[in-house]
Amino acid sequence: MYDSNIKNIIEIEALNTRYKDKQILSDISLLVERKEIMVIMGHSGSGKSTLLRHMIGLDTPVSGSVKLFGKEITKLKKSNLYELRKHIGVAFQSGALFSSMTLQENVELPLHQHTKLDHSTIRIMSRLKLELMKLTDYEDLMPAELSGGMLKRAGLARAVIMDPKILFFDEPSAGLDPVTSAELDELILQLRNALNMTIVVVTHELESAFKIADRITVIDNGSQIITGDKEAIRKSTDPRIVNMLQRKAVNKNIDADGYLNKLTRN
Amino acid sequence: MNTNKPQILLSIESALVRLGIGGLFLFETIIIIVLPPYSLKSLIKQVAFIGARSLSVIVIAGLFVGMVIALQFHDTLVRFGSVSLLGSAVGLSLIRELGPVLTALMITGRAGSAMCAEIGIMRVDNQIDALECMAIDPYRYLFAPRILAGIICVPILTTIFILVGIFGGYFVGVVLFGVNPGSYFQGMSDTVLNRDLFMGFSKSLVFGLLIVWIACDKGFHLHLDKHGAFGSEGVSRITTEAVVLSSIAILFTDYLLSALIL
Repeated sequence: MYDSNIKNIIEIEALNTRYKDKQILSDISLLVERKEIMVIMGHSGSGKSTLLRHMIGLDTPVSGSVKLFGKEITKLKKSNLYELRKHIGVAFQSGALFSSMTLQENVELPLHQHTKLDHSTIRIMSRLKLELMKLTDYEDLMPAELSGGMLKRAGLARAVIMDPKILFFDEPSAGLDPVTSAELDELILQLRNALNMTIVVVTHELESAFKIADRITVIDNGSQIITGDKEAIRKSTDPRIVNMLQRKAVNKNIDADGYLNKLTRN
Repeated sequence: MNTNKPQILLSIESALVRLGIGGLFLFETIIIIVLPPYSLKSLIKQVAFIGARSLSVIVIAGLFVGMVIALQFHDTLVRFGSVSLLGSAVGLSLIRELGPVLTALMITGRAGSAMCAEIGIMRVDNQIDALECMAIDPYRYLFAPRILAGIICVPILTTIFILVGIFGGYFVGVVLFGVNPGSYFQGMSDTVLNRDLFMGFSKSLVFGLLIVWIACDKGFHLHLDKHGAFGSEGVSRITTEAVVLSSIAILFTDYLLSALIL
């Protein structure tokens, strides 16, 4: 039903969104090619996670279009959107595992809901994915008993259980030690290479981004600064990119009156 | 924002909008309940949560309520020399009012609050977004079995409450105060009409729907909270709101249904 051989598997055009009076994303346009790892970078509050929510249809933009597999998702009926979502996987920052279920039940849930496979087949499939994430020994534990890195890997196992064509991963490295973070990066590369997934990763970790990305999009204050391969990002002369690469704090010009107003406002 | 409108109008407007959202939520859930596929497994899980796990508290509450009603009525009826009416007084007050209302209030405290907090936490922790992303409709997966279980369990628990209450009344009236057991039950069967049973049953049915509807709606729409509280504070706020609102809704609907049926 969905053409996964389409060249640009994700197409975003002139996407604008705002919350109350605040503009969150301005005029974002982005193409993600099949089997590509696209990393969306930006500092906290830059709007990168909001962009991700729009890409999976959890938020509706004020204007602009978001196409997955060539289908405009902002205009899809609920049932069609659910049908499309069976072909994507989303791993949330916190894992978002269901706290009332064991790790294994969490991972098996999409299979139980969407397939008519028998129990033992589902068990084997979930163990395959858990083994890939090195979690087989913990399958009977509840999410509250898992560490941060395990929760992320478990969230990833659940996201890929239906072998999606596109995987979205929100902040894989946030809150993890460097070794665990590097392991997750390896896993992401493995998923693309072994399962031919198109992967969109949202992160603020430079090292991780440059390790896994085919192309990188940098977002700052809701605006798209650049989209390009690693070389293009490194060569960019935009001061915001240079600051980001050199891990420098952004020196915004301070407006003295505005600063005073902020301090003294009621 | 329209600043020309007085605050009271803005509050009424936002309350009506919120009521509309709640109404649509219920409408969508009922449509899902009616349409296949049906998940018996999740229904049984919810029946166990709302029903089976509330059983002990309902039995204890029913017993003591029945006992205290018999105690109070006995004391009053003795003054008028009509102790033989004890059975009818206990039966009627339990079946028509106290059974449905007290059961509903107990279920609100025990299951409604837990349900609201659970769904609120699912909202805060992105678990509901995760369901959506896995193409699992939260209305079908979370709410339909809960609403259906509420409609099934509350009338059954009410019936148990009433039966245990009648037994409690029997214990105090007949065993402790020596009222004739025959007149206790005969009085009850003479005065309790089908209309009274219908009233008790219809109330419990509506209360079952109200409790689960309010709890689920409050948890699911946590992010719409007008105080803007998210996280743990938001969960605690909406849980309190859900319990208070459910209790008021139960008492209000109780009067409304009594007035309609009587």
